[in-house]
Amino acid sequence: MTNALDVTDLHVTIGGSHILQGVSLEVPRGGVTALLGRNGVGKTTTLRALLGIVPATGTVRILGTDVLGWPTHRIVRLGVGYVPEDRDVFAGLTVEENLRLAEQTPEPHYDEVYSLFPELRARTRQRAGTLSGGQQQMVSIARALLNGWPLLLVDEPSKGLAPRLVSELAEVLERVATLSTVLLVEQNLAVVRRLAQRVVVLDHGEVVHTGAADELDDPVMARRFLGVAGAS
Amino acid sequence: MTVFLSLTFSGVALGAIYFLAASGLSLIYGLMDILNFAHGLFMTLGAYAAWDAATHAPASWGAPVIFVVSLVAAVLGGALAAGLTEVLVIRPLYGRPVSQILVTIGLDLAATGLLLGAFGSNPQSLPVPLWMMEASHFAGVSLPNADYVAFAGGLVVLIALEWFLRRTRYGIIIRAGVENRTMVSALGINVARAFTLVFVIGGAMAGLAGLLYAVVFSGELVSPTQGDSLLIFAFIVVVIGGLGSIRGSAVAALMVGLVQDYTNFYLGNHPGMAEIGNLSVVLLLAVVLEWRPRGLFGSTL
Repeated sequence: MTNALDVTDLHVTIGGSHILQGVSLEVPRGGVTALLGRNGVGKTTTLRALLGIVPATGTVRILGTDVLGWPTHRIVRLGVGYVPEDRDVFAGLTVEENLRLAEQTPEPHYDEVYSLFPELRARTRQRAGTLSGGQQQMVSIARALLNGWPLLLVDEPSKGLAPRLVSELAEVLERVATLSTVLLVEQNLAVVRRLAQRVVVLDHGEVVHTGAADELDDPVMARRFLGVAGAS
Repeated sequence: MTVFLSLTFSGVALGAIYFLAASGLSLIYGLMDILNFAHGLFMTLGAYAAWDAATHAPASWGAPVIFVVSLVAAVLGGALAAGLTEVLVIRPLYGRPVSQILVTIGLDLAATGLLLGAFGSNPQSLPVPLWMMEASHFAGVSLPNADYVAFAGGLVVLIALEWFLRRTRYGIIIRAGVENRTMVSALGINVARAFTLVFVIGGAMAGLAGLLYAVVFSGELVSPTQGDSLLIFAFIVVVIGGLGSIRGSAVAALMVGLVQDYTNFYLGNHPGMAEIGNLSVVLLLAVVLEWRPRGLFGSTL
């Protein structure tokens, strides 16, 4: 079986800055692969380049198809759900409209989405801009899950959420990962340890380490690659 | 009091035409970041399409039917011109917003020049039913029926547009695209289709505005530069209402129409004050921008 994602020698230059300098990585099907690294090393840019949101050179193969140069909507329709870093819910639209917009299959998985986020069912008529940060994150994830797509790109889902919500979120993502392959960008090491089986570490626009997630249990490794203390 | 009411009604009719002219402009900017200077051309072409249809229709159809035919021609003419502009001129320049703006200016200048070459600078007379020029009484005020038609046209379009934007999938896509175009694509939606649709809808409304303006305020005359003079006010309405906001356009169009009408009547007869109506609109723009720099309704629909 092909990988969910194969990236070779990915380069991105934005406004004269060479942000990705030859990123190569593989994401096997199933489970969670975490894309780690300090702030500003190019994690979000990598996800955006995979989706064709920023122009890139190199090779990107998603679910066995070469997609580099494709428009974003075509890449997504191959079967890619995207949860962006800042949630990017449509604030002026209701929860229902946000979800309706994401429908790309004849039978969207509303039951599954509402069983993961029962709170959303009660708020379908509420404008997404009036939701709390945690609820907005639910909408953002729900949009990505609605079509039951095989690959999910999830960018810092725990950012800005209270610790209790982070734990609930991790639980949801754990369930999601049993259904889809997840490439997760995340700064919260506890979440990464709980969810990820594999880690890919970026530094200065390149992959500097690929390995099993439990390597992060070694505080030296964690500090070396991520610049975080207290990794244990 | 009767004079004031009369002015109010005719100001509302003018506002309705400004709304028709401005709402497409606002949607196009909101969704695509394009200040579409060719929008005046869509108004002019709509008016010419109406004139062409009305002058070629058999007289045996009767004036009311011919007017309806010219109304349909104006809408279709504006929509077709706008759709072709988007597909042939704007689309090849996606991702280059400055070039897109410049090309709309060039298109407007070139097409207006062509119209002047083809029809001359003398306006063409648009056949309209006599009934349109007759006056009807409402709330103690006597106004030409054309004013009521303009008001009804604006109201019907506002309601239809609100319904479309709130109830249909493409309407939701357009509202979402005004907020965050990239995220709409990232949900698997081909935003380019929404771009064309917004141009077509905007062009249809502009064509209707072109026709109604000719009927109500231009003595049933159609001229090559009429859309451009209307465009200036449409831009002012869009900025006052808030770029991308349909409701904002509706409110701002009414404000501009009323302010222009009142000041023209009460102050315009004084020596040296002939342009006071236009000046008052610019002052209104300045005051609103000083108070709310993003316009009355910000950037949401």
